[in-house]
Amino acid sequence: MLQIDHISKSFSTGRDKRTVVLDDIALEIHAGQSIGLVGESGSGKSTIIRCALGLMKPDTGNVRYGGIDVHRSGRADMLAFRREVQLVFQDPYASLNPRMTVEELVGEGLLVHKLDGSASGRRRRVVEMLEMVGLGEEALGRYPRSFSGGQRQRIAIARALVIRPQLLICDEPVSALDVSVQAQVINLLQDMQRELNLGILFVAHDLAVVRHLCSTIAVLERGKIVERGTRGDIFDNPQHPYTRSLLAAVPIPDPAVGQARRAKRQLAL
Amino acid sequence: MTMVLKRGEDVADQVHRPVPLLNVDQLCIDIGARNASVRIVDKVSFTLGKGERVALVGESGSGKSVTAQALMRLNPRVRLSGRVDFDGADLLQLSAGQMAALRGSRIGMVFQDPMSSLDPLMTIGDQVAETLRIRGIGRQEARRRALEVLDELKVERAVERLESYPHEFSGGMRQRVVLAMALVGEPDLLIADEPTTALDVRVQERVLDLLDEISRRRGLAVLLITHDMGIVAGFADRVMVMYSGRIVEENEAAQLFREPQHPYTRGLLEAVPRADRTVDRLPSINGAPPLPSSRPKGCHFHPRCDRATGVCSAETPGETFTPLGGRVRCHLYGAG
Repeated sequence: MLQIDHISKSFSTGRDKRTVVLDDIALEIHAGQSIGLVGESGSGKSTIIRCALGLMKPDTGNVRYGGIDVHRSGRADMLAFRREVQLVFQDPYASLNPRMTVEELVGEGLLVHKLDGSASGRRRRVVEMLEMVGLGEEALGRYPRSFSGGQRQRIAIARALVIRPQLLICDEPVSALDVSVQAQVINLLQDMQRELNLGILFVAHDLAVVRHLCSTIAVLERGKIVERGTRGDIFDNPQHPYTRSLLAAVPIPDPAVGQARRAKRQLAL
Repeated sequence: MTMVLKRGEDVADQVHRPVPLLNVDQLCIDIGARNASVRIVDKVSFTLGKGERVALVGESGSGKSVTAQALMRLNPRVRLSGRVDFDGADLLQLSAGQMAALRGSRIGMVFQDPMSSLDPLMTIGDQVAETLRIRGIGRQEARRRALEVLDELKVERAVERLESYPHEFSGGMRQRVVLAMALVGEPDLLIADEPTTALDVRVQERVLDLLDEISRRRGLAVLLITHDMGIVAGFADRVMVMYSGRIVEENEAAQLFREPQHPYTRGLLEAVPRADRTVDRLPSINGAPPLPSSRPKGCHFHPRCDRATGVCSAETPGETFTPLGGRVRCHLYGAG
């Protein structure tokens, strides 16, 4: 479905100096598949998203969706691309226009893509979608400010899914949420993926969340994919030293694990 | 010692054995005008022994950070009541001058974002030494001790780095510098408010290891404030769980993780996805934490609790000691 074909990107960082941000990234996402892309800050996660969406042009390589070359296509093709590929951002406080009601926010995609001509038809779809993400009809006339972080992220997900995209790109969608609310949104994404047979590209730094949501995982270190595999490969049998070091550092909510690890590290010193 | 004995009926004292360094008794924090004030922290009591590492866990809005700030009296916009005894003195009764003298010398503090604690126009050396210089310690001596503490925090090439500015440091290094600033005065207590939240996991682990090492070596008590149960498990001896302005459960870390008593603690531990196991579906807690201005009557958790009964929405649960050595604020425990 989405094919990121060996893209590289570097930025100028002073005279005669270039910093390589993406180094030969190749990634394919198929319908109904959930792929996790994990990496630390500065690893190039956001640059990959920008390139994949056509917002930034890679130096070499290309990104294709169906027959569309994301960086070399005309307006009509790009409009179609944007109907099929939607985004959910990290910060639900920043990504929703505070002056728009929930009905306007969720219905906007239907208008832009002219998917439903009548106001009543649009409202029906919006309500349907709101119910799907666990909010009700009573949310329609309200503004984002009257919702909690978790509810706002549900609105953002409804907004992305209302036009029935094939692929959802999620950029750290739960990292700004409270722990007790995070699980709700993770479960929602999981349900949506299964029910709508969505492809999901899930970009995050949190390995625990990625393990839970993604069947295939790619590990990004300073612009390079150093390891990729199934959930079982990456978590139970990691090969690359970087993957291992990341996994060894993820805090586990079990004091016995924490103590054993610390003892091991002290021994290594 | 007499002070400790006098508070024999104090709930927190019965639980913990170490000699208390800090004893917080019925701390309440109110905000807003007197006729429209909102209680954001409600009767929080706990003790912290010398050299003990205690975690205060909670979600945003639970009151954990305001509690930490209140101990240091850093937020002038809130009204504090109750007692905060630190080594024999009630911090809430001290003059501003006496309080300022305690900060940095007896009690150190670090926050989440190191850049907000650092002056971008001052060298690292001057910033670390500043705490000492303010107390009248000479230039040479202050510099020597700054160097010592940077070494202790494993900052490489510390001598050169004294002359660097914050922007030349990575996030992890900055947080070490901020820790050095907090530790250079050799405090007895360090209050660390989400000290590693902005860091990548591997850097986070390194910073927590350093803190662990220093705390053990120096006998430094640490109050770690965090939302991350994983960090708590790896660091704390004892854990207090805060929900909506109240401490709802407290116990030794091993015990709390093994047998959480409060439905909130239990729900929270189950809802955290883990990197070391796969489950098909995460159990989740319904709803969201209430805003401080619209907290429900009775137990603040009751609208989200699947074990709530009539009494939960009517009465605020008192504290009950559990046979497991902890305390819990929940109507499921204790006979009223």
